[in-house]
Amino acid sequence: MAEALLLAAGLILLAALAGLYRALRGPAAADRMMAAQLLCSGGIGALLLVAAATGMAGVVDVALVLALLGAFASVAFVLAARGLSGR
Amino acid sequence: MSTLLTLFSGIAIAAGVVFFLAGTVALLRFPDPLSRLHALTKADSLGLGLIVLGLLPWAGGWFAALKLILVWLLVLLAGATATQLIAERLRGEDPPP
Amino acid sequence: MTLLLDLILGLAVVGVAVWTLAVRENFPAVIGFVAYGLLLALVWVRLGAVDVALTEAALGAGATGVILLFAVVRLRGGRAEIDAATPGPRQRLAAGILCGVVGLALAVAVLSLPDPAPSQAAAVARHLPELGVANPITGVLMAYRGLDTLLEAVVLVFAVLAIWSMAPDRRWGAVPGPVFPVQSNGPLSLLARLLPPIGIVVGIYIAWVGADAPGGKFQGGTILAAMGILAWVAGLWRLPPVASRGLRWAVVAGPLAFIGVGLLGFVFADGFLSYPPAIAKPLILLIEAAMTLSVAAALVLMVAGPPEGRRA
Repeated sequence: MAEALLLAAGLILLAALAGLYRALRGPAAADRMMAAQLLCSGGIGALLLVAAATGMAGVVDVALVLALLGAFASVAFVLAARGLSGR
Repeated sequence: MSTLLTLFSGIAIAAGVVFFLAGTVALLRFPDPLSRLHALTKADSLGLGLIVLGLLPWAGGWFAALKLILVWLLVLLAGATATQLIAERLRGEDPPP
Repeated sequence: MTLLLDLILGLAVVGVAVWTLAVRENFPAVIGFVAYGLLLALVWVRLGAVDVALTEAALGAGATGVILLFAVVRLRGGRAEIDAATPGPRQRLAAGILCGVVGLALAVAVLSLPDPAPSQAAAVARHLPELGVANPITGVLMAYRGLDTLLEAVVLVFAVLAIWSMAPDRRWGAVPGPVFPVQSNGPLSLLARLLPPIGIVVGIYIAWVGADAPGGKFQGGTILAAMGILAWVAGLWRLPPVASRGLRWAVVAGPLAFIGVGLLGFVFADGFLSYPPAIAKPLILLIEAAMTLSVAAALVLMVAGPPEGRRA
């Protein structure tokens, strides 16, 4: 069971890492943001699977923090791409 | 019962992994940013949802299960908002006043 | 299987780091930096250091990423000033060599450690129950390396002071950072209304659970700060002006509580920053609570930047 869960975590991580190509090469700023978002949700998925496989305490909390701050960071990125349309 | 649960979890998690892989393929292969956006959000929110669904029976307690569901709901909310904002930007629209 | 996974993860971290340094534009570099922080958090989980992973996810990827991002936005259009402040090739070469030497020295030091490495872990674990704190990381940070943690707390206050000191005289006392228009509908408004209530609960939970499980003041405070910034950029929360007493108290509350408890150690225990065993846990919780508030306030102010608006 644990082995299978780790395998699933590895596959998701690999997928998210492959998606990093878009984060690095773009072309649009939106593509980079999407890839970062995919890495974030992929990381969360992998963490949840690792938490279930190993039973390590607190790993789900790392996923929780990533989920909250991921939302916050995506908003900040879009605002920044738009040029902080304040004032 | 337990074998049935294991089977259920296995199928849900495997399906979740497939959605993640599909999302990556879409992100890499689709021709323009808007279609990439469209494919990606479905992939990662549904993929994560299926993984959470598969892990729920093994969460070990209602608090841990609730936390898993909360993580998924947060990712859904984040994904929905971020993609709306990105799409607004891609279409060159100003945000509604 | 796990070895292959670790290898891929390690290569990805190094690859993203190199790419982030090499890329010429600022915006992609910040994306690379955030991705690097995220991957590093996964590496820390793989190494079994969940506390460090939490800190990296919250502070390394989240908070630092957004601070860098806002800095990038402020740097737009300042090409001439940036070029003037960019060090020349000789300086950069010297900095590179210095970094290389330090990195090499660290690598040599780590590789030449005796096996098993010298460790105080057993002694610490023996005395941990006296503190009443079940998370060994928190115990070490608050009791055995209390001075380090105190200095980290004070650094945040100085960082805020440094940022405020960039304000021109005529702006002093005003509201920090740009003022965002109120979002009455649309996705940003929805997120900024839905997320903060959840985030505040999670932030306090992460800070509170730090005594017994991975978590603590820096991680929890970062989440609180992120929620505040979210409400701020959606125009739902107005930052108090830098002249506000309450704001200044929020920034210094943590370090003051820390120093106060530390000084009381002279009277009631063995010296600076030593806690009387009977009330060690309440004291640690008091410091952690005050520090959570101060970390959150300091991070919001660091993202907001120096006062920009009209004088209040």
